[in-house]
Amino acid sequence: MAEITYREALKAGLREEMARDKTVFLMGEDIGLNWGGAFKVTKGLAEEFGEDRVRDTPISENTIAGAAVGAAITGLRPVAEIMFGDLITLAMDQVCNQAAKMRYMFGGQTSVPLVIRTVFGGGKNIASHHSQSLESWFMHTPGLKIAVPAFAYDVKGLIKTAIRDPDPVMFFEHKLVYDKKEEVPDEDYTIPFGEASVKREGADVTIWGTFLMVHKALAVAEELAKEGISVEVIDPRTLVPLDKKTLIESVKKTGRLVLVTEETKTGATTAEIAAIVQEEAFDWLDAPIKRVNAPDTPVPFAPSLEEYFIPDEKRIAQAVRDIV
Amino acid sequence: MVSKKTLVELYTRTLKVRLFEEKVWDLFGQNLVPGTLHLYLGQEAVAAGITAAMKDSDWVQSTHRGHGHVIAKGADPKKALAELLGKKTGSCKGKGGSMHITEFDAGVLGATGVVASGLPIAVGAALSSQMKGTNDVVACFFGDGASNNGTFGESLNMAAIWKLPVIWVVENNFYAMGTPIKLTCPSENIAARADGYCTPNVVVDGNNALEVYEAAVEAVKRARDGDGPTLIECKTYRKRGHSRFDPAKYRPKEEAEHWLSRDPVDIIKEIAIKEGAITEKEAEKIRKKLEKEMEEAGKFAVESDYPEPEKALEDVYAEEF
Repeated sequence: MAEITYREALKAGLREEMARDKTVFLMGEDIGLNWGGAFKVTKGLAEEFGEDRVRDTPISENTIAGAAVGAAITGLRPVAEIMFGDLITLAMDQVCNQAAKMRYMFGGQTSVPLVIRTVFGGGKNIASHHSQSLESWFMHTPGLKIAVPAFAYDVKGLIKTAIRDPDPVMFFEHKLVYDKKEEVPDEDYTIPFGEASVKREGADVTIWGTFLMVHKALAVAEELAKEGISVEVIDPRTLVPLDKKTLIESVKKTGRLVLVTEETKTGATTAEIAAIVQEEAFDWLDAPIKRVNAPDTPVPFAPSLEEYFIPDEKRIAQAVRDIV
Repeated sequence: MVSKKTLVELYTRTLKVRLFEEKVWDLFGQNLVPGTLHLYLGQEAVAAGITAAMKDSDWVQSTHRGHGHVIAKGADPKKALAELLGKKTGSCKGKGGSMHITEFDAGVLGATGVVASGLPIAVGAALSSQMKGTNDVVACFFGDGASNNGTFGESLNMAAIWKLPVIWVVENNFYAMGTPIKLTCPSENIAARADGYCTPNVVVDGNNALEVYEAAVEAVKRARDGDGPTLIECKTYRKRGHSRFDPAKYRPKEEAEHWLSRDPVDIIKEIAIKEGAITEKEAEKIRKKLEKEMEEAGKFAVESDYPEPEKALEDVYAEEF
């Protein structure tokens, strides 16, 4: 057990799976020898496993994803990296029409055991094409599973589960959590999909959120505790399958819910969660469900604009105070 | 010259696809086929010639006009027809239909309803073959229209840089739905585009199963020898329109007459007879046998049950959650 970064934990998970199963291989733009991935997640893996299994590709997102599909249905377990989540737009046919639907439209004749890793989120002043949070698009596509790890311990366990899963997994990361550190076991462990993690227990209000917003929610909870407000923080860890049980039980306990993600508000995952909770726990709610999201605009560039765009601790705290 | 046995095989395979499609047309006429249809009638020699050069363990990637690829590769006509009728006994349990007709066990990676989306999948399957060392080859069928899509360039490039065992099979029937290829492609031959990806390419008469076969044999050898992909452009012609209600009136009369007078089944039969591989009588015997097979397949499909409605909820994931 050592304290390592999210990036190192993710790499450790990839490395362990590649060592365990020779059908596992990585492909993507600049993931190999010269660069080690735009966010250095795969740095050193090409040296360790060779350029065949840590495969640099041309800038061809749709064919990267499609080749992963073709490899997956013929016996390999590809982990394809799309450098930025925004660029998955170029691979939507292969992800949403092929990978997601093959098992179904072929009547269960095939499995598509692939993982597509990509990274969402703002905060780096790289503007509208490198900062979006698009996870709800994929939540709207039956056939895909979606992991959204925000912590080092979770990312290692979840990437290993993703690689071993028989279905296509969208494995979403966040730019500003790569350097977050946590104690992570050296040995093999997996985290089942569909099990949320209660990051902090509380009695007065539940905050449900993803990625960097979980970290912000924890800071807010710490602050509000000083005011006598007890906040419970839930990180779903996977959006599909979704752990409704943990969320509903928490809402039944606290009677209040704040949903926080970095997505633009309309049609975000938070909208879906709010709908689920009103369907399944309406009678337990003591206040309206609050949503804290980015505004419905592209992600802006200038630091002053981007800081305004991304939900901050002040806004999250205000949402809690509004309903307590 | 190829063996007599091969000529008989080419005739049989071409005819089998023809008779399958005629059975489909017959069932369609009885209003038993839901949805739309993109018939392979007229293009039979392409699927027959390519698959005759392949092994059972090799793969084909199919398209929205995919019945011919699937049957030529060896799929069970019973399950295929049942699928077209939306029956529970269909190869996809009635979940795919005409545009997703597939039989994995016969070596079909899948038929896709999105034009040009099969090329990347073929790249991946070929990569699988190369990385696992199985030496299997992937034939990826697509139409002239698909060659205008971005995945064409991406996939030809990726297959070439990694020397993947792929055969790109362009079925150039001159029309993307109703748009003539001369309006959307600046060169006379689509094959010319492969030069830019350092991919050996050839143009053949796609109505002549023997010509297609001979090109395929060379391409398969190149792929198995580790020398990478080949593109084979097969010039061919739809006997009917693009889909179920298209009378294809946009095709000039002389052009249509020229191509429709060159029937793929007649062409390979004549070659086989001329080369002494088969007699008219033997050819007729093969036809009768295949007709019987299709008759039985049709009966099986018609008599099969429709899936229970709630089966719509199954097969989304490997395990329900």
